[in-house]
Amino acid sequence: MPDVRILVVEDSPTMRQLISFALKRMKGIEIVEASDGVEGLKKLNSGTYNLIITDINMPVMDGLKLISLVRRDVKYRTIPIMIITTEGGAEDRERALALGADAYITKPIQAGNVLDTAKSLLGIP
Amino acid sequence: MSEENPRENPPVEQPEEILELMSKSVLFTKELMAENERLRFRMVEMAEENRRFGATGTPEEKQRLFQEQIQDLETEKERLLGQYQNVEEENRIVATRYVEIEEENNNLANLYVCSYQLHSTLDFHEVSQIIMEIIINLIGAEEFGIFLLDAKTQILQPMAMEGIPLEQIPPVAPGEGVIGQAALSGENYYAPGLEEGQASSSLAHPLVCIPLKIKDQVIGVIVLYKLLPQKTQFANVDYELFTLLAGHAATAIFSSRLYTDAERKLHTIKGFMELLTKQ
Repeated sequence: MPDVRILVVEDSPTMRQLISFALKRMKGIEIVEASDGVEGLKKLNSGTYNLIITDINMPVMDGLKLISLVRRDVKYRTIPIMIITTEGGAEDRERALALGADAYITKPIQAGNVLDTAKSLLGIP
Repeated sequence: MSEENPRENPPVEQPEEILELMSKSVLFTKELMAENERLRFRMVEMAEENRRFGATGTPEEKQRLFQEQIQDLETEKERLLGQYQNVEEENRIVATRYVEIEEENNNLANLYVCSYQLHSTLDFHEVSQIIMEIIINLIGAEEFGIFLLDAKTQILQPMAMEGIPLEQIPPVAPGEGVIGQAALSGENYYAPGLEEGQASSSLAHPLVCIPLKIKDQVIGVIVLYKLLPQKTQFANVDYELFTLLAGHAATAIFSSRLYTDAERKLHTIKGFMELLTKQ
């Protein structure tokens, strides 16, 4: 039984693998992957998660829509959300944080940065 | 009538009073002996303390002893300070090394993932999609494209573009302009001022050209025109990614093309065979 479950919502398989690589350096972790917002919501409904990591630009349902839906739902309101995106503008960042994201990382990512931010959101020293 | 002298004839006391007096004197004696013992012990303690602090002897001797003690303590302090500095230095070296190893680990993870993804499929479109993903997500380019050398015409044709419409990009002959030169020479091209983050680019003068090579044979060129705003300059891992792309992307493209061609030919032959068997 894992201590921490993380949902990674990202359309790029390369990025999903890279994020998983970075996160698996934490012990007792399980990573569940989804390739868009709709699949992400389905996975979210089928289990308990401690952290959601999502891209913004994705097909079917983008990351911002996913965040707003997650934050509206009482069941998921408290799950921390980290965004990993190519959108580096201040406005994009502010919009995402206003919708309820807790951390905002721009691509290209550093694995160490992703890991540190995830640990911080999970309260792991 | 006779007078009684109290001195000559002391009053006769009761035996109980005598016994009480005697027991009191026994207790008093015991207390005295215990106090005496305590004082003797204290004397021995003080004598030991005096010996330790050199309180015995002449003042000059005491001063000499104190100075020796101070000297010993100073030497000990110097030794401990030296050790502390050595440990500090070792800590610093270990911390630096840890950061380097951490960075190296991250870089290796990036390279591993790229290599793994590039060779995870034999579908040509998937391969080109993976190359595009790597360039966006790991290198951090906003406008870029892939040119492939047409085997028949020997012209570099734009195969995929990101951030720029494909129709805007003209084909390039080997040796023509920066892109053509990179294809002809097989050497990576980096625009002047790129390392300082001050390079400017246009369609004719891109930021980076990475020839896709299988051994010495160039099969195409990856061209970067513009980086993401947050990507101000390249890191070491980016150059390693370019090297990886030059080789692995080339073989992945080549293999997937061969596979696609073979699949197409197989379908044609199958169709032909079916046609023949039906007749």
